[in-house]
Amino acid sequence: MLELTINGGVHTLDLPVDRPLAYVLREDLGLTGTKIACGEGHCGACTVLLDGIPTLSCITLAHTVGEREVTTIEGLREHPLVDAFVRTDALQCGFCTPGQIVSASALVAANPSPTRDEVRHAMAGNLCRCGAYPKIEEAILTWRD
Amino acid sequence: MARLIRTEKEVEGRFTEQWIVVEEDALDQWPAGPRTVVGQPTRRVDGVERATGAAVYTADVQLPGMLHAAVLRSPHARARLVRLDLDAVRAAPGVRAVIGPDDLDVLTSEPCYEGHGVAAVAADSFEAARAALELAAPEWEVLEPLLDPEEAVRRESLLAEPRRHDRGDFDRGLAAADVVVQAEYRTQTLLHNPLETHQSVCHWEGDTLVLYTSTQNIWGVRDEVADAFGLPHDGVRVICRFMGGGFGAKNDAGDYTLVAAELARRTGRPVRCALTRREENVVSGNRNATIQRLTAAARSDGTLTALGGEFVSALGWDGWLGPTAGPMQMLYACANVRTVEYGAKLNLPPMAAFRAPGFVEGTFGLECLLDELAARLELDPLELRRRNHADSDGTDDRPYTSKNLMECYRRAETHWERRHEVRARSEGPWKRGVGMASQIWYGGGGPPSYAWIRVGSDGRAVVVTAMQDIGTGTRTAMAQIAAEELGVPLEHVRVEIGDSARGPYSVISGGSSTTPSMGPAVRSAAADVKRQILEIAAQRFHLEERVLDLKGGNVVSADGGSWSLEEVTGLLEDAQILGKGARGPNPTGMRVMTFGAQVAEVAVDVETGEVRVERVAAIHDVGRIVNPLGASSQVEGGIIQAIGHALSEERLDDPATGLVLTQTLDAYKVPTIADVPEIVTELVDVPDEHLTNLGSKGLGEPPIIPTAAAIANAIRDATGADVRSLPITREELLHALEAAREQERRGAAAPA
Ligand code: FES
Ligand code: FES
Repeated sequence: MLELTINGGVHTLDLPVDRPLAYVLREDLGLTGTKIACGEGHCGACTVLLDGIPTLSCITLAHTVGEREVTTIEGLREHPLVDAFVRTDALQCGFCTPGQIVSASALVAANPSPTRDEVRHAMAGNLCRCGAYPKIEEAILTWRD
Repeated sequence: MARLIRTEKEVEGRFTEQWIVVEEDALDQWPAGPRTVVGQPTRRVDGVERATGAAVYTADVQLPGMLHAAVLRSPHARARLVRLDLDAVRAAPGVRAVIGPDDLDVLTSEPCYEGHGVAAVAADSFEAARAALELAAPEWEVLEPLLDPEEAVRRESLLAEPRRHDRGDFDRGLAAADVVVQAEYRTQTLLHNPLETHQSVCHWEGDTLVLYTSTQNIWGVRDEVADAFGLPHDGVRVICRFMGGGFGAKNDAGDYTLVAAELARRTGRPVRCALTRREENVVSGNRNATIQRLTAAARSDGTLTALGGEFVSALGWDGWLGPTAGPMQMLYACANVRTVEYGAKLNLPPMAAFRAPGFVEGTFGLECLLDELAARLELDPLELRRRNHADSDGTDDRPYTSKNLMECYRRAETHWERRHEVRARSEGPWKRGVGMASQIWYGGGGPPSYAWIRVGSDGRAVVVTAMQDIGTGTRTAMAQIAAEELGVPLEHVRVEIGDSARGPYSVISGGSSTTPSMGPAVRSAAADVKRQILEIAAQRFHLEERVLDLKGGNVVSADGGSWSLEEVTGLLEDAQILGKGARGPNPTGMRVMTFGAQVAEVAVDVETGEVRVERVAAIHDVGRIVNPLGASSQVEGGIIQAIGHALSEERLDDPATGLVLTQTLDAYKVPTIADVPEIVTELVDVPDEHLTNLGSKGLGEPPIIPTAAAIANAIRDATGADVRSLPITREELLHALEAAREQERRGAAAPA
């Protein structure tokens, strides 16, 4: 049996060794806010935090998470970034958005006043095919407004 | 009253003449300019739901007992199946049903492109389904594929009759010219890559097929699947409340939907069939590559005397021939135009509509050619475009319902003027320049489209219609329009969409048609509700209806009386006010089009071939703007996709085997946040007085159209190199620079 700490709660699960965390979250625990868009580490849609560090959950085996605390978008629903994204219209179809917000939350936790270049650097792994990028940048630059 | 009329219907440049039933659209338009709600920057009404991951996409649908399907797809561009062991698949652990080439029309034993479906399996998990397919051990007789579009044209392997347009006298136009330019342009195959892959979950409730799908076209999928299964149309219920992007690739049901439906029928259980990212990049559609041999002829004052083009579209095994010659036929006034378009049928995956199909490709060629012409004429490119402005539609002389392209050009001037200062910032190997391009496209929408609105005793309104919001913010726009007409705050309007069993017909979300088609229907439903509320108020307060209005959440009278809306609707108790509205017809004998111009600034490293787009200014004329905030997002999104088209994106096929080499998001390079330039958006925002009760056209597609040409023209401005092939990779650019240097050497060597 495996114990996972997710958004502050402890879950005990019986999982095959090859089960990626993204599928555990979505299919076993119903936390479908974490999206899977490629399943092979190329897009950032599945980003979650492991002890505060943005991590691609589609290529992270659940059994390797260990003691680390998992934070998903469901654990960030009250984060000011959510309002900042909606206020600036930093989403279109919204499929990349939970991953964007999770990545951004790690950035602003480490660096509450990032520069434009720092935002671009930190967010370059989160693809948005709708091209909401200018407003994602604006949302993160103004997240405390 | 419903009327039957014969009219032209247009979707993405495809016209059909047909009978349609329309209802009148008697409301006057609102005056131009921002209103209380319409025209105000508005947050998405479903923004929090999407941002927090609470929104349920098709990808998130999990039904009890749901099985997972996997599809065996051809690993060859053309082959014949010699042997297939479906019994071994059937015997594999977790397998619940297997279908092969004889069981479903979309499965074949003679695949004609890589990824063509052959067999499918439903199992307890996706992994089990995939593992079972491994046991099918297909043996193939591999056949020679046809891959070269020019060869296909020679062999007459075409998906449609060659399409010819010939007006005036092209040869006389050429003879009358002082300058003639000719060039060949090429555009590449592009992949949509919506982040939610194509997918459906199907399950049968008795005789009804309930179908969750990621689609742009709820009603089209309903009819297509019902026909395939011999069901009455409402025997299929299509649900799509949220979907993760489509860009034209999700207009049809797709093989995955039919596979899921059939496997669900056989197992009696819900079945999910979802494309993997790699399948997505092979079989879900593409913007087809084109070859364009173009001619432009003009007098020395810049007046165009002839335009001509031969366009070859590499459509793949299936699809349709997009209007690649459309911009050449329509963007400028020119009496003598001759075009021919070929749609090559190849052993490559079928094309699909992709955001302004045809016009994106055709505008790249035409607008680069115009700049080459301007250079030869030593005329300012913006001025050349002004001098050839088309006052009416060149193909049939119809007047435009509205056209503010000259105003776009006027507003483009401030951005265009920057070119002197931008060029002056060239430094070392980094050369800077500015380029522009114009845009024409459809986007008028049309009937039919319907909305219902109900209001209960609490005075809140619910808009009900079975349309989809593919990320363009149509849910929000419809809420704004209803709130405006009803004089209530936006928060008092809910919009319930995305379910064919719970709402009337809505147009496809393609061809920039959702807002111009659905918006007027919603306004007309709201007006119906308003009329009924005022009827009740008139009786309650003993006033005439005509002195009453709805404003700021109140019923107000001309003599200064005011009652809260709830005071009136409170009389309803459990009764409800039900309003209905329909999209009226487009004006007959007129052409509804969208227009725009973009100015791009680039920096080019002439030593390495690196191109950076530094700024794009976009000015578009799409009639009334409902939500300026969402509209600017549409413009930015279109431009960013276009930058990918211009610089980095390309589906690469192995020229020997026809296999797709760029199947991952690592290999196929969509833009990232680090690639985004400064984007300045200006919308002309003048309602189209001839178009519906709203005066709005669509904005989903126009912004993606001129960007690539504006970038290529900026590169020419910066370096003197003519880039005529997309994407403009470093290699491409270095070749173009070398060609320009060569030409200069020859020019210098030639006797004076
Ligand atoms: S889904 Fe994990 S990186 Fe794309
Ligand atoms: S909002 Fe659609 S992918 Fe980012």
